[in-house]
Amino acid sequence: MSHNENTQGLLSELRQQTGQNAARCYQCGKCSAGCPMAQEMSLRPHDIMRAIASGHEQRLFEGDSIWLCLTCETCTARCPNECDPARVIDFLREKALAKNPKKAPRPIRAFHKAFIRQIRTHGRVYEMGLIADYKLSGGALFQDVSAAPGMMARGKLALMPSTIDGIADVRRIVDACLAKSHGDHGEEA
Amino acid sequence: MKIGYFPGCSLHSTGREFNESLRLFAPAIGLELEEIKDWNCCGATSAHATNHLLSIALPARSLALAEEQGMSEVLAPCAACYSRLRTASVELRENPSLQKEVSEVLERPIAATAEVRSISEVLSRMTADIRGAVVQPLAGLKLACYYGCLLVRPPKIASFEDSEMPTSLEGIVSACGAEAVHWDRKLDCCGGGMSLSRTGSVIRLGRSIVSDAQKAGAHAIVVACPMCHSNLDFRQRAMLKGQEGEVVPVLYITQIVGLALGLEPEKLGLRRHFVKTAPFIQRITTVPATAQEA
Repeated sequence: MSHNENTQGLLSELRQQTGQNAARCYQCGKCSAGCPMAQEMSLRPHDIMRAIASGHEQRLFEGDSIWLCLTCETCTARCPNECDPARVIDFLREKALAKNPKKAPRPIRAFHKAFIRQIRTHGRVYEMGLIADYKLSGGALFQDVSAAPGMMARGKLALMPSTIDGIADVRRIVDACLAKSHGDHGEEA
Repeated sequence: MKIGYFPGCSLHSTGREFNESLRLFAPAIGLELEEIKDWNCCGATSAHATNHLLSIALPARSLALAEEQGMSEVLAPCAACYSRLRTASVELRENPSLQKEVSEVLERPIAATAEVRSISEVLSRMTADIRGAVVQPLAGLKLACYYGCLLVRPPKIASFEDSEMPTSLEGIVSACGAEAVHWDRKLDCCGGGMSLSRTGSVIRLGRSIVSDAQKAGAHAIVVACPMCHSNLDFRQRAMLKGQEGEVVPVLYITQIVGLALGLEPEKLGLRRHFVKTAPFIQRITTVPATAQEA
């Protein structure tokens, strides 16, 4: 694929799916100046906008920058030209999972998967189950283990999950949405 | 005032004192909470970071239930739930083809008529009621009101107040008789949902927030989000490791109101915190009150 086709591909796909036009970004850098994670990113928010506009797909999907965004929305709130970098990054993450989920940093991917599995199982997030699932599927196994008794003593971790009446509804919703995105979000590939 | 209520998952576990304290004082200011029957998780960060349709469809189910149950307004105290519910509602209203697609996925109609409100919005509209119900004014207490991200951003969603200079929490603590300090970090992000998956970043971000509150002379940080609370409270010891200064208790805005209304600290969940709240409570009870026994 030529460089130009690539540019058109990602730009127009973004526009079609989100209404966002990354070419509007004039690289003032205000988004990156206010970004709390910019110092940990190799591609900062304005670099990400530029990479889309210039068709550098590989740079976007190779590194972990898009996965470090906290969606604090500072970039979107402050953009002087009505771009929405936070929404653009969400679009890129969904696309990255569909292309190759293994590129996403393991703990972050494990957390998102465990979270959505909790919703699919109970309709709500049961935090004990979330933490156990996250740790067993790639999260930091021993981190915060010593905090569990303190959490218990403060009554902050429920011992038993409760499942909503409409769980069949929620399961159907989760499955339908995952199937439509063609991505790998539910089960380990 | 009667309002639909979406507590969200955290308010049943790590953020249970947010729910407990709100429910405890609500009757005293005439706020009636009607919980949406059979609500489900809003999907939070994990849905919007991985699947946009899911991030709209999950909150849409709860909003559809609220509509069926005759609610015109829904209060979502958790800032993340508020943001996801309100985003879904705004996008569904703006985009008829998305509304059709989501309605098909849900297998029920969704008009997104219910207005989603944050706790700061609802309480700041009731400051007169709060002021009238205060029996233990929090005079002499200096509080750092912390908004973080989703309570005020993005401006299109959290449209209730100025995203760069919000004042709702300051108004509520003033109604309680406390002083809101001026500080710089009230809009910074605490690291939100990456508490487990990228703890180092969360500690770096939280440290600058807590240090700034210390510098401003705050006796406590006031929050309106269970993730902010959990990051700043539970991880504060790690944040302040090797740093100067005293720990700063982190209280929910609903606990502050409850204390001013003379409710028992223990019932407001102040013993559930990791940073000890006893010295803070001591400050309140040593202030002369008009109705100490209430």
